[in-house]
Amino acid sequence: MLMITCPVCGAEGDETDFHCGGQAHISRPASTDPHNVSDDAQRDYLYIRNNPKGLHREMWMCARGCGKWFHAERDTVTLEFKSYYGITESAPPSSSPNPAASKTTKKKSAGR
Amino acid sequence: MSGQPYRLPANVGSGTTGRILDRSRRIAFSFDGKSLSGHPGDTVASALFANGIRLVGRSFKYHRPRGVIGSGADEPNALISVGESGRHEPNQRATQVELYDGLVSKSQNNWPNLKFDIGQINSKFSRLIPAGFYYKTFMWPQSAWMFYEHFIRNAAGLGTAASEPDPDTYEHMHATCDVLVVGGGVAGLAAAQSAAAAGARVMVVDECARLGGLADSSSGLIESSPQTEWVQSTVSTLAAAENVHLMTRTIAAGHYHHNWCLLLERVTDHDPSLAIQGAPRHRLWKVRANQIVMATGALERPLTFANNDRPGVLLASAARIYVNRYGVSPGRRGVVFTNNDDAYQTALDLTRAGVPLARVVDVRTDPRGELVEEARAAGIEVVTGMAVTNVDTVAAGAKIQSVKVAPYKAGSRIGGREERIECDFVAVSGGWNPAVHLYCHTSGKVKFDEDLQSFKPDRSFDQITPVGAANGTYDLDGLISEASNTGAAVAKKAVGSKVKRSKSDRPLASSPKAGKLEPVWFVPATGALNEGNKHFVDFQNDVTAADLELAAREGYRSVEHIKRYTTLGMATDQGKTSNINALGVLTGALQSAIPQIGTTTFRPPYTPISFGAIAGTNAGNRFLVVRRTPPYEWHCENRADFEPIGQWRRPYCYPKPGDSRHDAINREILSVRNEVGLLDASTLGKIELKGPDAAKLLDRVYTNTFSTLKVGKGRYGLMLNEEGFLMDDGVTVRLADDHFLMHTTSGGADRIAGWLEEWLQTEWSDLKVYVTPVTEQWAQFAIAGPNARNVLENLDGDIDFSADSFEFMSMKVGRLTGYPVRAFRISFSGELSYEIATPSNFGHSLWLALLEAGENHGIQAYGTEALHVLRAEKGFIVVGDESDGTVTPLDLGLGWAVSKKKDDYIGKRSLERAYLAAPKRKQLVGLLTQDPQEVLPDGAYAVAELKDKPPMEMIGQVTSAYWSPTVGRSIAMALIKDGRNRLGDVVDFPLDNGKVVKATIVDPVFYDKEGAKQNV
Repeated sequence: MLMITCPVCGAEGDETDFHCGGQAHISRPASTDPHNVSDDAQRDYLYIRNNPKGLHREMWMCARGCGKWFHAERDTVTLEFKSYYGITESAPPSSSPNPAASKTTKKKSAGR
Repeated sequence: MSGQPYRLPANVGSGTTGRILDRSRRIAFSFDGKSLSGHPGDTVASALFANGIRLVGRSFKYHRPRGVIGSGADEPNALISVGESGRHEPNQRATQVELYDGLVSKSQNNWPNLKFDIGQINSKFSRLIPAGFYYKTFMWPQSAWMFYEHFIRNAAGLGTAASEPDPDTYEHMHATCDVLVVGGGVAGLAAAQSAAAAGARVMVVDECARLGGLADSSSGLIESSPQTEWVQSTVSTLAAAENVHLMTRTIAAGHYHHNWCLLLERVTDHDPSLAIQGAPRHRLWKVRANQIVMATGALERPLTFANNDRPGVLLASAARIYVNRYGVSPGRRGVVFTNNDDAYQTALDLTRAGVPLARVVDVRTDPRGELVEEARAAGIEVVTGMAVTNVDTVAAGAKIQSVKVAPYKAGSRIGGREERIECDFVAVSGGWNPAVHLYCHTSGKVKFDEDLQSFKPDRSFDQITPVGAANGTYDLDGLISEASNTGAAVAKKAVGSKVKRSKSDRPLASSPKAGKLEPVWFVPATGALNEGNKHFVDFQNDVTAADLELAAREGYRSVEHIKRYTTLGMATDQGKTSNINALGVLTGALQSAIPQIGTTTFRPPYTPISFGAIAGTNAGNRFLVVRRTPPYEWHCENRADFEPIGQWRRPYCYPKPGDSRHDAINREILSVRNEVGLLDASTLGKIELKGPDAAKLLDRVYTNTFSTLKVGKGRYGLMLNEEGFLMDDGVTVRLADDHFLMHTTSGGADRIAGWLEEWLQTEWSDLKVYVTPVTEQWAQFAIAGPNARNVLENLDGDIDFSADSFEFMSMKVGRLTGYPVRAFRISFSGELSYEIATPSNFGHSLWLALLEAGENHGIQAYGTEALHVLRAEKGFIVVGDESDGTVTPLDLGLGWAVSKKKDDYIGKRSLERAYLAAPKRKQLVGLLTQDPQEVLPDGAYAVAELKDKPPMEMIGQVTSAYWSPTVGRSIAMALIKDGRNRLGDVVDFPLDNGKVVKATIVDPVFYDKEGAKQNV
């Protein structure tokens, strides 16, 4: 049961108080050029997702709090939330670019 | 009431037995209808031992007689049913059920009774029931499965569920703490003491009724006194501390991410009178701990020899626990069989208590531990380099007569002269496994320790630290030192306190120096009948060493596969006694080593938890929130037959006295068609969109265009998901240039509001629109039928309802009989129809006013079923009936509502994908059955070609089917492959019962095709 802190309203809660929207920073091809979206581009947009061992950037929504979406960086090995950032912000430079490096990362405290 | 022939006297020689027993009181209980007695402090298992009852159950597969093996959570055999009627609970471990006056218990898995069990015959045919028996036998023919299943369900089973409702209550608790100590043995208490001293808020949980763990039954002294004395003083210190919460009868069932722990507290199981006084039976605790100290101890493993499952074979630790703690002897004369030093403690404790011991049989050739020497000095006969090879029984396997022992050589070889030793119980020890379960529930990894021959914790990403036996630390002084240091260290992590600690802060302990353990995974039987002997590895699932070897011979390599093939380690004990022994057997079978074979996955719960606790207070009428519309009381008073629509309760129909549902529905439909009907449509989803970009947003979420809509007008819109499939529909009206009111399906209201928010926040954050769900702010009623206008004109108000002034698909704001209303001229029935919305508080009154105004016009309330038939007669779709998440607007013939001009809307690009744009997809059509009285079942399949039996090619399915009183026959809608090109074709619908319904494909509009009825 992950612990999450909403960066918008500050509410701290269990993952059941939030809603996970999956992988972040997937651009919608039709939003840029609706008449030139290849089948492959549309397929990738709809269905192709990363499944990294290590750092994963994802979208979350503060379902039982302020209702706002936000971004989070989470390590899929340690399940540690590394950072939160705004939903309109682009991905921050990765703190640990090599996912394997996070294998030995120790958490500072529970649920952070 | 019988006596307790196996109860030991309280004071024997230098020692005491039955430490926790209150011998001054006798309490009555029953087992399989037999009246027995015990003392407060007893478990059912100890009381059965005291009464000389060894046979407590039958094994799962072979129905072999079984007795108690352990003394706690690991017990695989002694599963009993406890309690009666609604309080009956199966599969309780007799070793953990505390005795109370009047307790009723029963054995399981036997028929007609425990002593004479018909299923025992399975033993005789056991060669025909090998590993993977079910997989091998019941594969084919498929149709026979029904027969086999009946047989399996009767023969198998672990007790029966209660048939009455559970009268007890349960509750959920939420808590946080700095340090959660799981396990209240010596290690847990030492850790709790130092964590509490450092100022941390500490919770200590233990599954037993008393703290102390095995302090009363393991070797070693603390501060030169028995361990129990230190336990007693430490517990009273902790109990008095404000920052410590001690919980007994509480298991840590599961450990989840970010140190979330699930605890089950058994509040009244030991004393049901508490439940009758109102206490909850169980509490489910959800604890978020900053740090967890895992002091869960270790579980002893048995040894694998022929007929090692006979009642009377038990774990060495259990044998001494029954003597020390409960004052019962496991038998009249015992043999201890071991590969390690710890079992010598059993030999010593039993001898001190006056229980005759024939021999200690040790597989090691030269054991030299201090306990071994002590046992020898006490005059206990020890034979070394020997093994118990078989067990001889009488009473159809239920009573041990003697064991055979023979010289043993490392590598599971037996040789030399065999000897018979008379005894009626065997205390066995194959070593100890740290109870690593909680550690592994999340990410914790274990490693194999060659010295201990068991897995112990290695690393975890969670804040969980193992101490003591759970960490493979068995030496008492080392254990206390480790636990004490860990408690201080984790407290420091959690609260940042800096407490200076010196060595004197912890108690000093001493324990006998132990010799090395010798791994023994399998002891072959001797003699000619070797083959017929069973060497059980998993007692609960009747998995033998031979089964594991067979699985390996058949090609299974992964321990996870072998587990599922043989059922090793499954069911309520989850292999607590069997897993490591199985791995040991597999080392031989797979020619591999245990670390390479690895363990199966540990999953919560550690021991089973009750469904009642999981449900907590969310049961009965608190199970689900119920949403009621404003005229709800009127619906009840008028005999509404309610149906649940999500959390809503909506009237399905309103039967009058003597009416069947069918009568009521037909009456309601005809009243709409001929006069006027009134529908409570308040559940309809309503979302207000306000802001300069509201129209732009609507253009992007609907397939058609809303920016061109004039103020005061409405338009029907279709909403797709990004995959191009229909997900919602409804009429959206423009209240002002920058203000729209969107209607969604009743079930979709919350989801669609969330969906709009998601797009606005994550994709189109530049759009300035507020999305406000207002479903519950408005009551909304449909007035439909030829007299609808007359009814509304009967009421005082400032709205002109005339045909010229109030066009179809338009809306007006005004007052009606004093209430503020929004009036919409929309129709879901094909009749002249208005929908009137008023703030919820006025809903009930307006409903009554409308009924009164319509009284002379024949107004009748109609329910959701009439609504559905009315729309089906007109060929209108219902999202979720005609669509199922794989259907596009074009499939439904709604291409007219899909814009070809817009550059983009959600789902547009996907509609162009080849699969969705392909011809001959399933398309919406109407169906007329050849027999007009025959109403097709929803979901009935249409087939390309009718055959005697399946498989037949499926070409579509019925999406809605009704009796239509308007057209006087059955009607249906269906999605049929290439349906629009097949009008006039007759298709076959073979039903479940063998009947075939023939129906003609027609246009889906059955009534008033030209739309004349609403155009008045």
